[in-house]
Amino acid sequence: MSQFAINLLFVGASFALYIGIAIWARAGSTKDFYVAGGGVHPITNGMATAADWMSAASFISMAGLLASGGYANSSFLMGWTGGYVILAMLLAPYLRKFGKFTVPDFIGDRFYSNTARFVAIVCLIVASVTYVIGQMTGAGVAFSRFLEVSNTWGIWIAALIVFLYAVFGGMKGITYTQVAQYVVLIIAYTIPAVFIAMQLTGNPIPMFGMFSTHTESGVPLLAKLDEVVNALGFQDYTADVDNKLNMVLFTLSLMVGTAGLPHVIIRFFTVPKVADARWSAGWALVFIALLYLTAPAVGSMARLNLITTIYPEMSGQVENYEEALSNPIFYEDRPEWFRTWEDTGLITHNDLNNDGRIQFYNNAADFSDLGWEGNELEVNNDILVLANPEIANLPGWVIGLIAAGGIAAALSTAAGLLLAISSAISHDLIKTMINPKISEKGEMLAARISMGGAILLATYLGLNPPGFAAQTVALAFGIAGASLFPALMMGIFSKRMNSKGAIAGMLAGLVSTLLYIFTYLGWLFIPGTNMLANTPDNWILGISPLSFGAVGAMINFAVAFAVSSVTEEPPQEIQDLVESVRYPKGAGVAVDH
Amino acid sequence: MADDKTNAAAYWKANVRLIFGCLAVWAFVSYGCAILFRPLLAGILVGGTDLGFWFAQQGSILTFIVLIFFYAWRMNKLDEKFGLGE
Repeated sequence: MSQFAINLLFVGASFALYIGIAIWARAGSTKDFYVAGGGVHPITNGMATAADWMSAASFISMAGLLASGGYANSSFLMGWTGGYVILAMLLAPYLRKFGKFTVPDFIGDRFYSNTARFVAIVCLIVASVTYVIGQMTGAGVAFSRFLEVSNTWGIWIAALIVFLYAVFGGMKGITYTQVAQYVVLIIAYTIPAVFIAMQLTGNPIPMFGMFSTHTESGVPLLAKLDEVVNALGFQDYTADVDNKLNMVLFTLSLMVGTAGLPHVIIRFFTVPKVADARWSAGWALVFIALLYLTAPAVGSMARLNLITTIYPEMSGQVENYEEALSNPIFYEDRPEWFRTWEDTGLITHNDLNNDGRIQFYNNAADFSDLGWEGNELEVNNDILVLANPEIANLPGWVIGLIAAGGIAAALSTAAGLLLAISSAISHDLIKTMINPKISEKGEMLAARISMGGAILLATYLGLNPPGFAAQTVALAFGIAGASLFPALMMGIFSKRMNSKGAIAGMLAGLVSTLLYIFTYLGWLFIPGTNMLANTPDNWILGISPLSFGAVGAMINFAVAFAVSSVTEEPPQEIQDLVESVRYPKGAGVAVDH
Repeated sequence: MADDKTNAAAYWKANVRLIFGCLAVWAFVSYGCAILFRPLLAGILVGGTDLGFWFAQQGSILTFIVLIFFYAWRMNKLDEKFGLGE
């Protein structure tokens, strides 16, 4: 069977599974559509949350980010997991007790203000739309690489599949497909990693292999990696960072952003009880950690593998690195996977000194005494995970599995985001703000139409990515962290917080964060409109625009408390509402209203 | 009624205290051990590198998991003790 047929079989089988679930899990009521009926087991929800959370970027790009950045990119690992600790303790159980369907529901009711509700709706839609574009393009890339269809067709196929289970099943359909998608993606991610860890260290568990001895050289793997990258003029893999303030703020921004992202929060509305929301956050992190603990191992091992492929003499015990690096492989002798990925343009070789060999090193280093005229190899970070099975010489079915896994990661996150967007429109905008008299049936129809509309919008933006599409981290996490997270937290932990304070705080957090981002990345990310060059010298206190979400959150808290303290107390019934969300007793299942 | 109120207030106070404790550990492992105190831990070697690197790439994630389950378990006890569970 050809590789194409194998890929088609794996992806086709996974799609058949998702569509089967869609037929089985049709939504009969708005409660089914928004919160899967409110009866999802905490472990099932944990698994669905993990798939909801782990996007195309987690699956495809994370290991590459770690491989290229080493220690400095640990912020992604800690930020995208640590957010679950604050979610479990500061938000999820209380929002579950509140018992309604959406994030703007809570903000609008708690701050007794449709203005607050509207600000929350806008923040939710901007953050989620930015996020969903990356999922559509990610699915397109996976399709075009593995199924030999064009990018455009790939995106349309992805949209059709999501349409089938999200429009008919709503949260119910999404929940059970996400469980299936989690299983597909975690198996696809782990199997190649286990083989590579075995080959390099003899230890089958990647997270342990990473900290054990590299078999060929007898040196610890990370020490070997430091030696090798150092010899080629790169920074040590484990090198510390100079600007610790920026690293702390970046990690914190990712954490509060994670906790404030609506598509993650609404998953916790689907469990039966408050206590389940707490357990479920723990299970979600267990399932997420299975991938996030494997990713750094994949990153470090793939980087070492790549370098020793180019410089075979560097792989064993090396006395003198200058000697070992003088004999890189001939371009003619490049391995098969190298050729496959060259076709996609994600690996490029340019023989600058015409010696027929591949020189791969950091251009900042000077190897002119060897007759080298510059780095000749460009490798796109994103191929590390996708090419892993080929690099490790694994059988064809593992490649088929990776294809299905990458697509599962993109689709599961896209569906969660689309549900957050469509419920904000049909429930918060139409049912609560515009037409409260709409019938249950009418709201259901509105929910399905909004879902269809959201999918079309996401497909259009995936086909024609706007400038802000690449700014998921800055825009989605910045807005969720600086605007939504503080408002939600104050709504639970401060009885005194009133609507004026909360609205002023949300706007202050949002505006300050956007201003800081636009100053360096351009107004609305239009190239050339930035007021200052985006370089560390220009950043205030060395704080990168991507790290500003945490500062925006602090501004939000400060403004909210200042404004609230000089304005009136919230009404008694609101204070009673805050009391009631704090205690699990009397929650019941999510209520209609 | 007054008793209910004192009871509920005591429950909330215990919850907030527990959250503070858990978040102190959360911040200590991630912002502390993995970032700010990494140079201080440089002498402690773990599999070819230093302890701070391990915390940054594995240790903090493992601690986060333990923290959430610990919190969920303690809160179940508190729900029961104060009679405020479901």
